Amino acid sequence: MAGIVGYGAHLPRQRIKVEEIAKVWGADAPSYKKGLMLREKSVPPPDMDTITLAVEAARNALRRSGGVDPAEIGAIYIGSESHPYAVKPSGTTVAEAIGATPHLHCADFEFACKAGSEAMFVALSHIDAKAMKYALAIAADTSQGAPSDALEFSAAAGAGAFIMGSENLIAECLHTHSYMTDMPDFWRREHEFYPQHAGRFTGEEAYFATTMGSSQALLEKTGMKPSDFKYAIFHQPNGKFPQRVSRMLGFTQEQIDPGWLAPRLGNTYSGASPIGLTATLDVSDPGDLIFMCSYGSGAGSDSFIWKVTDRINEVRDMAVKTHKLLDENLTYVDYGTYAKYRRKIKKNY
Amino acid sequence: MAMFSSRSWREYPQRYRLEASKFKKSGKTYYPPRTIDPSNGDTEWETVRLPEEGKVITYTVIRVAPNMWGDKSPYGLAIVELTDGTRVTVQMTDVDVEQIKIGMEVRLEFRRIQTEGEAGVLSYAHKAVPKWY
Repeated sequence: MAGIVGYGAHLPRQRIKVEEIAKVWGADAPSYKKGLMLREKSVPPPDMDTITLAVEAARNALRRSGGVDPAEIGAIYIGSESHPYAVKPSGTTVAEAIGATPHLHCADFEFACKAGSEAMFVALSHIDAKAMKYALAIAADTSQGAPSDALEFSAAAGAGAFIMGSENLIAECLHTHSYMTDMPDFWRREHEFYPQHAGRFTGEEAYFATTMGSSQALLEKTGMKPSDFKYAIFHQPNGKFPQRVSRMLGFTQEQIDPGWLAPRLGNTYSGASPIGLTATLDVSDPGDLIFMCSYGSGAGSDSFIWKVTDRINEVRDMAVKTHKLLDENLTYVDYGTYAKYRRKIKKNY
Repeated sequence: MAMFSSRSWREYPQRYRLEASKFKKSGKTYYPPRTIDPSNGDTEWETVRLPEEGKVITYTVIRVAPNMWGDKSPYGLAIVELTDGTRVTVQMTDVDVEQIKIGMEVRLEFRRIQTEGEAGVLSYAHKAVPKWY
């Protein structure tokens, strides 16, 4: 059975507070903080992008893999909606950097915030099909939010990486379920810099219906119930949505706590639920069952059930833990610095 | 444009994977890699991957930067001695220039080091960040 052989995350150390963004646009910070249940978000500096985040996350996954030879990785898939190039793959740069070239398959995935779990799903399928020994799935984003838009308060950066294999597992993937419909809730047309969204329509009919649809189908087909799980992770466009959907499904706050990163991290788009899974594995014990459900606008959810193995105790400390990256060594930037970092200022280059 | 991307491509092993050359006779490691050991003319060497941690041996602060790094100034440019003794010249990042100190422990991180204008190729390599874990 396929599962995770190594996992790792990487986050920028820079943060911006909701108050700092609200001040510039005359928005009411307390109501945004309450409405989005979000205090601050990560900000990638100018020399960090989806590729650099992916490389560092992949290196942490290799550190926890117990000596996987990168040359034995048969595929690298990166899910992101902020690939640095429109035409030129992110995956080949990551493959060169970790020493996995040239005998492998690379593809860059896009599906709004679900591109990362999509990469995980396909990587697991290669292992189940016995097509290769290892497949590396990476979820990474340096998300864009238009100035003054609600998205600007949440669009953040980060990466999670998972080496999938069939032996020496840290967590076995017991079941998956995917749920897709055509949903015009959030999009970015070609050559447009910022995504557009359908406001309140992105909630009930999109995020909640799709997350519920995928999660309930997986619970039904496995005959499992929320109380069977130690932990659960949901896509987190803000702090509030994953909290609400977890309650609707019957999960508790304690179950989502370790992977509920959005209040301090923001929405890392493709990275959101995968990075949540890295933080959850960091605190898991052998035998724990973990429920995970991503969401990507357009729209779809990939759900996974993971069972943690004894190996978690050996590998947990072999790389930096996600909550350390989230909570320590932070630098807070002002809006001007943030605008410069995110290239929101027009200048002659 | 083409010249730039081909040069960058030729340097991937050292830029992306920190590959250096270690010579048989002297045991010395050179980065960027050399094919002849300047200390004795030896041409027998093996490729080694450098460790990602070290400390600042010396540094300078660049306040008037070349155009492509103008947005990043002021920034530190440091000679870092890695844990295997090899010294590398790298930009410092994620640190105020006032906080850079000789002896400071650093870790090398994969970063974007150069962008060829708005439409050209992106170049990646390692920069040094303060070690904090």
